[in-house]
Amino acid sequence: MSVSRRTRSIARVAADVLITVGALVLLFAVYQLWWTNVQAARATASARTDIAASWEAATSPVVTVSPPADAGAASGSESGSSEAPLPDTPETQAVPPIGKGFALMSIPRLADSVWEMPVIQGVSADELAKGIGHYPDTALPGQIGNFATAAHRATNGEPFKDFDRLKKGDRVVVETQDGWFVYELEKDKIVLPSDTWVIDPVPGDPGAIPTEALITLTTCNPRWASYERWIWWGTLVETRDRTQGPPAELAERGEA
Amino acid sequence: MYAWIWSHLPGPTAVRVLVAVLLVAVVVAVLFLFVFPWLEQVLPFGDVTVDALAGNNSVP
Repeated sequence: MSVSRRTRSIARVAADVLITVGALVLLFAVYQLWWTNVQAARATASARTDIAASWEAATSPVVTVSPPADAGAASGSESGSSEAPLPDTPETQAVPPIGKGFALMSIPRLADSVWEMPVIQGVSADELAKGIGHYPDTALPGQIGNFATAAHRATNGEPFKDFDRLKKGDRVVVETQDGWFVYELEKDKIVLPSDTWVIDPVPGDPGAIPTEALITLTTCNPRWASYERWIWWGTLVETRDRTQGPPAELAERGEA
Repeated sequence: MYAWIWSHLPGPTAVRVLVAVLLVAVVVAVLFLFVFPWLEQVLPFGDVTVDALAGNNSVP
């Protein structure tokens, strides 16, 4: 009935290791499921404030003709002259620097999580923790080409947590300093993470010159494992400037 | 390890409990502020973008 000292001390060390590993795993789960969302909520609120302040400050907007590379071919036709003042059109938006919030996205179907959600230039972890990320080399809201975005579906604010509820025909409203762009979702597809063609100006047709203004939403699939990507595409169906006021879709919150 | 730490904490039991709680708080803070943010970047669970290099850390 005698257990040697040696066996006992080995058992004690093993117990400590198991307790430590268990505690670390639990703590990491708490970090992911709770703490990243707490921090994201704070970052999102601050990004929203920054966007409101920058729109407020821009009472006399400087028109800069610098469309993104892939939309350049489509927007080159009318941007030749430098005569001021040009009216603000989608094609003359200044490309925001990485990390800057420049738009607000609302999706009535996902009103609980995507309502006036900041759209931040860039899709690295820092930007995605603040809201919806915008692939930097893709079109800006309303521009001909592909306004491509990404957002978390789990942890870090998880704006796209109910991505599986989206349906064909759902509207996505993107508000910029100049007005509102309403997109209608048309089709979705689950692809591999390396399928970068989904954010091409004309998805599935490399090198084609775009004629339509598209939106792309990308997120992880499955929600907690992320070895695929879930993509939704939509097309621009309505453009409204500041004088016209917000589109009807923005009055729908609460009925979703 | 935990028994060893406990036996090396100074003072009476009340003080030891207090110091132990502080030690745990420091460890949790270091984990949440430095270790877990790094670990999160290394793990693929938070990847939501399409990326030419995305295949590198994805589970098949």
